[in-house]
Amino acid sequence: MSVLIPATLAQALSALDDAPSSMVLAGGTDAMVEINGGHRRPDSVIAVGRLAELRTWTHDVISATLRIGAAVTYAELEADQFRRWVPALSQAARTVGSPQIRHAATLGGNVATCSPAGDGLPALSALDAIVHLVSITGQRSVPFAEFMVGPKRTSLRPGELIEAITVPVFAGWQGYAKVGVRNAMVISNAGACLAVDDEGGVRLALGSVGPTIIRCSQAEAFAATVVDHGQRAVSEADAVEFGRVAASEARPIDDHRSTADYRRHAIAVLSRRLLRRAFPNG
Amino acid sequence: MREINLVINGSDVQATVADRLLLSDFIRDDQRLTGTHVGCEHGYCGSCTVLLDGASVRSCLTLAVQTDGHVIETVESLAVGADLHPIQEAFRSNHGLQCGFCTPGLLMTTLELARENRDCSRDEIRERLAGNLCRCTGYHQIVDAVQAVLRTGLSR
Repeated sequence: MSVLIPATLAQALSALDDAPSSMVLAGGTDAMVEINGGHRRPDSVIAVGRLAELRTWTHDVISATLRIGAAVTYAELEADQFRRWVPALSQAARTVGSPQIRHAATLGGNVATCSPAGDGLPALSALDAIVHLVSITGQRSVPFAEFMVGPKRTSLRPGELIEAITVPVFAGWQGYAKVGVRNAMVISNAGACLAVDDEGGVRLALGSVGPTIIRCSQAEAFAATVVDHGQRAVSEADAVEFGRVAASEARPIDDHRSTADYRRHAIAVLSRRLLRRAFPNG
Repeated sequence: MREINLVINGSDVQATVADRLLLSDFIRDDQRLTGTHVGCEHGYCGSCTVLLDGASVRSCLTLAVQTDGHVIETVESLAVGADLHPIQEAFRSNHGLQCGFCTPGLLMTTLELARENRDCSRDEIRERLAGNLCRCTGYHQIVDAVQAVLRTGLSR
């Protein structure tokens, strides 16, 4: 196994163009586990985690968007300014692994691995994030919903690298909640992100309960008919129904970590709780 | 194989390592700093925690070549001869260890927290230590030890 640590993004792209089957290594909190366990034996690795071009973020006040470089770490996303701009993503960041994992793990790595249990992904789905891809021949931007095509399957093309992720900065409430066997170092058995957008729409995205992150269009449509934005209110009965509809949109499976029944139940509870947190009155 | 230059526990180190070599194996086998323990090699247990440029990381999930030009601190940086570091003394006097396997990782995680120089609630301490598994103590005395050192500070 050879490891290239490029000094610039251009070098990384050139190396990836020369050897498109190279494993791209960011924080290593997934990839190194696979290498250590012998599940992946890459001939060549390109370590991009410290590339300055991928370590920046830009908050554009005019367009109310935040562009986050792919190698920004979850420890950084926990910090105050991200908590203000993208509270759900920042909350999700705080649930990733442990402090040591978050110092290394990157948002771009989470997106590239694209596990349905990736903690950052429900927030990116609920926010309709844009994934910016770059290769030696050019750039393209893909909505997150089109980027993730299956469990750990993406629409990334050979030679492409994730450069950044853009998310909108909304004024409304947003939050992330997940269920696992303990608080730290856990792969979620069910997760949900709720965000209120600037048009007053309630958005809900589910993790760990389907082959991809699931946007709950029916639950979102139901919420639009029952929430009172002025009073920040929803009735408990409507919140319960919101949870029931969300659970019906989940497509969970039984596996070694949990059962489909439990996951569906957890989604009903998490979705109801998130809606009540967003609309605490009534 | 390639040459790397880094600082380990305040000393300049130059070494030639295989690309595939883990930082944990480099520290233990090449540098003979066996205080850093390897429990799981999955990034799960936290026993291999070291500080990389001051931030706690899993040395088993880091390649040695990735530390070229960086600063590593291991548990060996704490004691001066037989003179225990205040964190080690707090773990000793509060019975914050039994078998000791997880202790190097916990000490380094605590060092990072103590350098923030602020008091923490027990819940906050538990959250900060959540990446370090201990199968002996039940954690209560570890939290006692960390709380004690956060109150008394790091000066010897």
